Amino acid sequence: MTRAVDPEGRAERFIALEEHEATHDRLVWGMRQHRDQAVAAVPEWEELRELASQIKEHTLTHLDQYLEQFEQNATKLGTQVHWARDAEEHNAVVYDVLHGHGVKSLIKSKSMLQEECGLTPYLQRRGIEVTESDLGERIQQLSNEPPSHIVVPAIHKLRSDVAELFAKELGTDPKNSDPHYLTESMRNNARPRFLKADAGMTGANFAVAETGGFVVCTNEGNADIGASVPPLHIASIGIEKLVPRVRDLAVFIRMLSRSALGAPITQYTSHFHGPRRGGELHVVLVDNKRSERLGSPDFWHVLKCIRCGACMNTCPVYRRGGGLSYGATYSGPIGVILDPGFDLRKYRELPFHSSLCGSCTEVCPVKIDISEQIYTWRRVVIGNGLLTITKRVGMTALGTTLAHPTLFHAAESLGETTLKILPRAVLYNPLNPWGKHREMPTVPRQTFRHWYLENRRKL
Amino acid sequence: MNVGLFVPCYIDAFFPEVGIATLELLEKLGCSVAYPVDQTCCGQPMANSGCQDDAAGAEAHFVDCFKDFDTVVGPSASCVNHVRYNLDAIDQTPATRKVRTITRELIEFLHDDLKVTAFPWATFQHKVGLHNSCSAVRKLGHVRPSELVYQPHFSKTEDLLKHVQGVELIEIDRPDDCCGFGGSFCVTDEAVSAKMGYDRVQDFHRHGAEYIASADMSCLLHLKGVIDRLKLPMKVIHLAQIFNGGPL
Amino acid sequence: MSAREDILTAVRRNVPRPAIPLPDVPSLFPLNQGKREGVLASFRKQLEVMGGKSFEVADATAARVKITELFPAAKVVCSAVPEVPGTRRIKDVRNPHDLNDVEVGVIRSHLGVAEAGAVWLTQEDLVVNALGVLSQHLVVLLDPAVIVATMHDAYQRISLAASPYGLFMAGPSATGDIEGVIIHGAQGARSLTVLLVANHA
Repeated sequence: MTRAVDPEGRAERFIALEEHEATHDRLVWGMRQHRDQAVAAVPEWEELRELASQIKEHTLTHLDQYLEQFEQNATKLGTQVHWARDAEEHNAVVYDVLHGHGVKSLIKSKSMLQEECGLTPYLQRRGIEVTESDLGERIQQLSNEPPSHIVVPAIHKLRSDVAELFAKELGTDPKNSDPHYLTESMRNNARPRFLKADAGMTGANFAVAETGGFVVCTNEGNADIGASVPPLHIASIGIEKLVPRVRDLAVFIRMLSRSALGAPITQYTSHFHGPRRGGELHVVLVDNKRSERLGSPDFWHVLKCIRCGACMNTCPVYRRGGGLSYGATYSGPIGVILDPGFDLRKYRELPFHSSLCGSCTEVCPVKIDISEQIYTWRRVVIGNGLLTITKRVGMTALGTTLAHPTLFHAAESLGETTLKILPRAVLYNPLNPWGKHREMPTVPRQTFRHWYLENRRKL
Repeated sequence: MNVGLFVPCYIDAFFPEVGIATLELLEKLGCSVAYPVDQTCCGQPMANSGCQDDAAGAEAHFVDCFKDFDTVVGPSASCVNHVRYNLDAIDQTPATRKVRTITRELIEFLHDDLKVTAFPWATFQHKVGLHNSCSAVRKLGHVRPSELVYQPHFSKTEDLLKHVQGVELIEIDRPDDCCGFGGSFCVTDEAVSAKMGYDRVQDFHRHGAEYIASADMSCLLHLKGVIDRLKLPMKVIHLAQIFNGGPL
Repeated sequence: MSAREDILTAVRRNVPRPAIPLPDVPSLFPLNQGKREGVLASFRKQLEVMGGKSFEVADATAARVKITELFPAAKVVCSAVPEVPGTRRIKDVRNPHDLNDVEVGVIRSHLGVAEAGAVWLTQEDLVVNALGVLSQHLVVLLDPAVIVATMHDAYQRISLAASPYGLFMAGPSATGDIEGVIIHGAQGARSLTVLLVANHA
C-alpha cells in the first residue's frame, strides 16, 4: 500500500522557514503580476484563449488521426519515431537507442514527461551519466529533489541555498551568493559537459501534425546546445502535445510565455524537422495514462495543458506551501488534477490542498476548468473510501447534525456553552487546529433563531 | 416582494447580528420577509469536502424549507454559490430545481433585482477595506476578477457602497487573493490557511483599513480570528450591517 | 500488439464525443492596438525588453566596422554572412565542437517579428546550428523590410518543414532560476546585437 503524500505537513514545514516562504510568495506572485501586464497588452487575449481551448479540444477528439499524421510526416523528414505505452517502456526505448549508439554521457533539457517517467535514475542505474542543462533543473538534480515549479524548478530556494550547494558540488565560493556569479559558474561547468556528451535529450512543448516537427521553448538555449552539438537528439513527447497545423501553433506560442513569465515568447523557440546536418533525430511518443484520461468525461480537459505554470503562480496555496509540498512530478493546481490520476492512493490528499478559490481556472490559457476538477476529484477520493477515518467520521457527524433541526439546535447550545466555560488553556490545545494561529469566535448572547422567535414570532 | 430569508448555519450560531441586519434591511427596502425557523444548513461544508452522501440530508432539508417561496435571499456568497451550482447530492426534482433558481445572494439581490440607488438611513464614517470572497468574485460575478485584466472593471459592491455616506474605500495590494478560509480547509490545511489569513489581514492593515467589510461572514470569521490573535486595531463587518445603518 | 497499435487503439476507444470542430484561426491580429508605432520601432523596443540591442547601419562595410567597435578584443569572429568575413568562415567549420572558442558569431536573419523582438534563424542561415548557441556573443544582420508584426504573420511567411532547424531568438540567453534575478548569458549567447541593414544579396 503506497504511503499517501502529506501535502499539509510538508507545507507547514516550508511555511516555518519564514524567509523562504516570504521570498517564494513574493517571487511567484511577481510572475502572476508579469502575466497580468503581458496579457493586458493583448486586447484579443480572451479570443486567443477560446481558440486555444477549441484547437486543443478538436485535436484531442481526433487524436488518433493527428498522431498518425505526425508520424507519417516526421518519418518523411528522416526522424525515427518510437512509441511507448508507459513510463517503463519509454525508459527502455530511450535506453535502447542510447545503448545502441554507445552513449556514455547524456545532456538533457527540461522535460516534465521525462521527470514523470523517472528517466534519469533509470539511465544512471545502467551506467549512463546524465546532466540536466537547465540551471534550475541542475540545481534540483544536485539537491536530489524534484523540480518545485514547471518553469522555474528551484524557485523555492534562496540564493544562499544555491551558494551552499554549488560550493559543495562545483567548488565555488560558499560566501558568494550573487546570482550572476552562481550562473556564470554553472555556465562554465556545463559547457564542457555539452561538448563531451554523446547525446542530447529534450522534451517538446508542441508537436505539429501538419509538418511532422516539434517545438521546444527555453530561455537559456540549453535545448539548442543539446540538439546542435552532440550527434544524437532524442525528444520525449506526450501524445497530448499534438497541434494540427502551423497556423494553430502561432496561437499557443503567443500564449505560453505570456502566461508563464509575462514575456511575449521565450528567448529561444526552437523548431525541429528531421535530423540536423550530420546528426540523427529520434522521438518517443508517450502515452503513460494519457489515453486513459482521454476517456474520462470529468477530467479529459486536463490534457489541453500546455505546461505554462500560470496556475501555480496564481495559486495562494502553492505560493505559501511551496511546490515540493505536493510530493509529485506536477505541483500546483495542475498537479492536483493530474497526480491522483497516476496514483489515487498516493495522492489522495492533494485535492484537499486547495481552498477552491478558482483563480487557476481564470488564468489558464487553454480554459481548463481546474478548480472544478479539483472539486470533482474530492468526490472521487471520498467515493473510493480514501478519506482518513477521522475526517470521515467527522463529516458524517456534521452531515447528520446539519440535516436535523433539533440536533442542529442542540449542537449550537452545546458548542456555545463549551466555548463560554472552557478555560483558554484547555480550549487552545493541539487537537484544536483552528486555535493554533487564530482566536476562537466569541459567543453571541443568542442565536439568530432565538432572537427571531423572541422578537418576531409568538411561540 | 415576498422573500424567504436564508440564514446560513454559522451566521445563526455566531453572527446573529448579520441575520438581523439582513432582515431589517430587506424590510426597509419594502420586502415582506419570512424566516423558516427550522432551516439548518445548505450542505456546503460536507459537499465541499467531497462527501456527497453526508451533504444529502442537509440539502434535502434546505429544499424542503424554501420550496414554497418565490425568492430566497441569503447574506452569503459561498452558500448561494453552493445552492446555485452544486446542490446535486439530492434528486433534481422540480422543487430542487426551483430552489436552485430562486435563491439569490444579498448583494446581487440589492444590485440586480431591487436596483437599490439609496440607503438614506445609513452612514458609515470609516476607512473600509472591501473583501470580496472567491465565490463572490469568480462564481457569482460581484466584481471583475483581477485575472481578467483585459476586461473593464466593475464592482456591484462598490456601486452599492457609494450610496452609504461617509464610507472611504481603501485599496490594497492584492484585491482578490484568497483569505484562506476555504471551509474545512481552514483546519485540515491549517498552516497554509493561517498564513493566507495573516497575509490578507496585513494587506488591509498596511493600507489603513478600520473595518474589513464583506458579503461573506465565513471569510470574516477567519480573518477576525487572525486580527484578534494579532491584536490589530481592525474590526470586521458584514455589508448587510453597513447598508442597514451600522453595526449593532 | 506493438506499442503503436496499443496506443492508437486505446486512443480511438477513448476519444471524447461529440467531436469538436477545428476553429478558424484568423490571419490577422492587430499589433499593439492603440499604439501608433511602426513595426520597426516595435521590434527595436521589444528586442531591448528581451535584453538585446539594435543599431541601424548603412551597409555591409558599416556592419563590419560596427562589429569591431562593439567587440574590439575579439580574436575569433565566426561569420555565416559572406559580406562580413570575420576571422573564420562558417563554411570552413565541419564539427560543431570547433565552434567552442567563438567569441562573436555573425549571422543574417531573413525574418524579424516585432511583437516578440525576435529574429528567425534556420540551418541555412547558421550553416552549423551550434553557431547560434556556442558563440559567446551574437551579431545578427536583419533587413528592416523583412520584419513582420505578429507571430501569426511570421508563421505564415516561413516554410517550417523546409529546414531541419528553425529558431526564433528573442534576445540573449537568459535565466531567472535563482531568486527570479534575470541573468543574461545563462548557457547560450551572452548578448544579441541586431544590425539593421538592407540585404542586397
